[in-house]
Formats: sequence, C-alpha cells, structure tokens
Amino acid sequence: MKLLVCIKQVPDLESRFKPNAEGVWYNETDLAFRMNEYDEYAVEQAILLREKLGEGAELTVLSIGPDRVVEAIKKSLAMGCDNAAHIQDPAASAKDPWQIASVIATYAKDKNFDIIFTGMQSQDRGSAQVGVTVAELLGFGCTTTIVGFDYDNGTITAKRELEGGIKGVVKLKTPALVTCQMGLNVPRYPTLPNIMKAKKKEITVIPVAELQAEEPLATTTSFHPPAKKGGGIVLEGDVGDMVEKVIAILKDKTAVLR
Amino acid sequence: MKTLLIGEYREGKLLESTYELLGFAGELGAETAMLLVGSDNQLPAYGGTLYLADAATCGEYNPDLHKKLILEVVQKESPDYIVFLHSSYGWDLAPRVAAALKIAKISEVIAITDGGFEVGCCNAKMRRSVKPVTAKAVVTIQAGAFTAKQPGGTPDVHKLAATGGGALEFIGYEPAEKKDVDLGKAEIIVSAGRGVGKKDNIPLIQALATALGGELGASRPVVDAEWVNHSHQVGTTGQTVSPKLYIACGISGAIQHLAGMKKSDFIVAINKDKDAPIGEIADVLVVADVMQFVPALTAKVAK
Ligand SMILES: Cc1cc2nc3c(=O)[nH]c(=O)nc-3n(C[C@H](O)[C@H](O)[C@H](O)COP(=O)(O)OP(=O)(O)OC[C@H]3O[C@@H](n4cnc5c(N)ncnc54)[C@H](O)[C@@H]3O)c2cc1C
Repeated sequence: MKLLVCIKQVPDLESRFKPNAEGVWYNETDLAFRMNEYDEYAVEQAILLREKLGEGAELTVLSIGPDRVVEAIKKSLAMGCDNAAHIQDPAASAKDPWQIASVIATYAKDKNFDIIFTGMQSQDRGSAQVGVTVAELLGFGCTTTIVGFDYDNGTITAKRELEGGIKGVVKLKTPALVTCQMGLNVPRYPTLPNIMKAKKKEITVIPVAELQAEEPLATTTSFHPPAKKGGGIVLEGDVGDMVEKVIAILKDKTAVLR
Repeated sequence: MKTLLIGEYREGKLLESTYELLGFAGELGAETAMLLVGSDNQLPAYGGTLYLADAATCGEYNPDLHKKLILEVVQKESPDYIVFLHSSYGWDLAPRVAAALKIAKISEVIAITDGGFEVGCCNAKMRRSVKPVTAKAVVTIQAGAFTAKQPGGTPDVHKLAATGGGALEFIGYEPAEKKDVDLGKAEIIVSAGRGVGKKDNIPLIQALATALGGELGASRPVVDAEWVNHSHQVGTTGQTVSPKLYIACGISGAIQHLAGMKKSDFIVAINKDKDAPIGEIADVLVVADVMQFVPALTAKVAK
C-alpha cells in the first residue's frame, strides 16, 4: 500500500506579522517556522497506519515551499515517514489553494497512492480547501475534519467532528483522502535514534515548474491587521500594580467582586 | 448580482445558521435562490425560490450527491456566487463544487469589501482582502460574521430528484460527550489556554476560579492534550457560554474559541502577546506571563 501525507510549514503564530513588500502576505524576516499543527496529526495518523500495515507499505511525505520546508520534512521522516518529496517553490506563498492543490494532484496522479492524509487547514492561511481539492482532482473519495480513523481491508472508517461536539461516522473505500483535525491522536516526538536514521532517508527534490501549469483563481489584494475595535483597556508593567488595577476594574465594572 | 445559498440541515432539522446566508446576500445587495437538502416539513421562512432535495433519500452527509445537485441548480440559475457557511458541512462541500466548476473558492469570509472579501488569517491575528479572478465564485462565510436575516414567507419550492450514492457511506451520528459541568449557567468562568504551559499549571487556574466562586473553562488544545476534561471546553466544538465575567488565561482568541464566549458580559484576557486577537474583544487585556499574574491575582482575591 502506498500512503502520502502532505504537510506545510507555517510561522510560529505568536510572532508579530508585518506585510511583505507587495503587501499581500507576511514578511518572513525574523519568523521562526515549524510544521502546521493540523499536519502533525496527519503525519502521526499516516505513521500509525504505516506501522499497522508493516512490510510492503510505503509512506511518503510531501511539502511544497522554499528550502526552509526541508526542516518540517526532516521532522516527519524522523517521526516515521519512509521518504519525502520536496516540491521546491520559493514562491509557494503567492499561490492560491487551487494552484497548490493542482501541484499536489499532478505529483500524485501517476503514483497510485491508496490513502492521502492532509491537515484540515493551515494555521496561517486557513483556507481548508487544499485537501478536498486534491481529492476532487484525483477522483478520490474524501472526508474532512476527522477525529477518528480506522482502516481495514480497503475501507476507511472515519469519525468527522461536527459543531457542538457531535460526530458523524462515515465509511469510504480507498483510494481516499482524509483531512485531519486536532485531537485525532497524540503526535509523537522524534527520538534521537530516529532522527539519526532519518538522515539516510531519501528526499526527492522536484522544481515546482515540473508540476505547475494552473493559473490562480483568486488573488490577495492586501494583508493587514484587523481594524482595532478599541474600547478595551490594555495593562502592562509591574504584576503587582496590574493586579491592583484589575481588582479595581472588576469592582467598578462587574457585580462579581465586592 | 445573483447568489445561490446552500442551506444546512442536520438530524432532521433546518439549522438556524441558514439565515446567516440571507444576511450575507442582503449585505451584498444580491438576488437570492436557495438550495437545501432537507425536508418538506422544515422549510425556511423565506419567500424566494427554494430548490429542495429530500434528505431522507439523499442523505444529510453525502457530498458527492449534494455536489451533483448543486451543479444542476447552478446550470439553471447561473449565480455569481454560490454561498455556504464555513461549517463542517460547508468547508467539506464547497471546495468540491468550486473544483468541478474550476472557479475561485474564498474561505471563511468575515466582511464584504469593494469588489472582494475580507478573510482572517494567521490564526485570526491578521486579515487578507481577496478577490476572485473568475467571473463566478464559491464563498464560505464565517459563522456569526453576518447577522442572520429571517425574511419570512413561504418559499416557492422546486423539488430536485436525485439518485446515486457517492464514495462515502454515512453510518450515523454520535452524540457529544456528556457534560459533567454546565458552563452555560456559570456566572464566572476562568479558562486555561495553551499559554498555561503544562498540565501541572492547571491547578493554579482552577485556584483562581475557585477563589472567585466560578468554574474552570478551557480552550481546545488544553482539552486535546488531556490537561482538562472535554466538558470544560469552550467554543464551537465545546460549550457556548455567557457568564458575567470570563477570564481567558493564555488563550490566543481563535474564532472557534471566541464563538463560544464572546457574549460574556465582561472579558479579562491575560496574554504575554499584546497583539493576540483575544485583545480585540477583551475589556481588559493584561500583558503578562500568566503563571506570574494569575497566582498574584488569586492571592489578592482570596484575601
Ligand atoms: C473546526 C474547528 C473547531 C474548533 N473548535 C474549538 C473550540 O471549540 N474551542 C477552542 O478553544 N478551540 C477550537 N478550535 C481550535 C482553535 O482554532 C485554536 O487552535 C484554539 O482555540 C487555540 O487555543 P489556545 O488559544 O489555547 O492556544 P494558542 O492559539 O496556541 O494560544 C496560546 C496563547 O497563549 C499565549 N501565551 C503563551 N505563553 C504564555 C504565557 N506564559 N503567559 C501568557 N500568555 C501566554 C500566547 O501568546 C497565545 O496567544 C477549533 C478549530 C477548528 C478548526
């Protein structure tokens, strides 16, 4: 069986974001990057399945982006993926989800993957459409936002998370794609021996031009902070002073403290 | 301008959020038609054209078939925008429709701008203005971003007959986990977020809740990491609360969390990041390390 997991590298979201020169996405200077959180669940689930299948199964991790994404790829290899495809694209962040999905689908189409795992969305762009679009382009069955996954003999049983904590249980036949939600599993930390082993695993580098033919369907015209709603009080400085101030405000503005 | 609105229906009921689609179309100043895979006896209070397929035969979650129905109606109506809620139903189905038509898909719209749409990004810290390049587009709107509009009236129903399954077989629903605390009734909630750092720190947050006579709440990652039981989770996939006082400790303020607590009367947020989106709705933002500030506040409150 052939498995593919698609990952993205995203900046640490506790960073301060500034627009880039074109004013349509963030400036990468000073940002620290790591694997998109939703993708960590996808990687873990793919590895769990890979381990269950044992001999004969192969798990490839794919990431599109500039050279920095190799860090996230290496982490996936150290977690347990067998090999990797780095689709080299310094301008990946300027592509719309349709283009990204088309690149992945073009890569995957003649490789006979049985199951593709993706995160349900990226933490920076948050469009929640790349996975589903890849499935559509490949003609794979697809379900999204899964918090439960089981595979047996060509059939996936997945639990989708719906609003209010309700879940929907679905079955689908492979080939299929699932998009993974937080809480699906507990992603492992790569161990030192596995990090060493991962150094020998193969990373195939493919320039994006070999896979990309699609024009964007949507464009970003501006990247900016939200308009400040204001009104709120911001306290900074000495902890003791701030405690006094908060108590005074609560006494003044709420009925909960007397 | 014309919109095709895709209503939502679950467990035999029309979902109220369907009316947010009409709110969006109203703001856009667009004509509307609606499509619903639902039931005859759960019609929306809407006097326009309604394309109705029967959920009993088409399934409530059967995206391949629902896509087919939508494409059929798109042929007839030729809408400029096909509009979904950005929900577990919408984000699953909308990209399939967009891919089939090869048109732009704009996700989780929070506002309409000149010729385009405003969407959140970077975990709600930043915004993007996005425009479709294609003449038509698929749009999903953020839950709660557009005020629901119930125009009233009885729809002009056009029945859609559809057959055929799809790649998926829907087995059934599983109810949400039982709640051992009903946060909906709490007057004070002190919630722990990932910024609390580790499970061992949860008692310090609980101590503040106890000192104030309130309940402990939590953001989702804290629940997923099993630091706190699911019954304490606040947000779209947890509980919706509206206490007199909500204290968010180390919570960034993602939309799915805000959706569950923004109706609180008074909100205090403790965050080391001055730009955290929780600051947008907080009445007081304390820029501090939560593990320094919270115990100090607890000590003062307890006195
Ligand atoms: C379909 C879906 C449903 C979801 N449902 C829910 C839901 O019901 N409820 C929910 O909460 N989330 C939900 N989420 C997840 C949501 O998108 C966010 O990921 C989540 O709310 C983030 O939790 P957090 O704020 O605790 O963590 P983070 O976003 O990681 O934020 C941590 C915050 O703590 C601050 N911080 C870090 N260290 C310190 C310190 N020492 N002192 C002070 N501050 C510190 C940081 O600045 C940051 O702002 C859902 C997501 C999806 C996609």
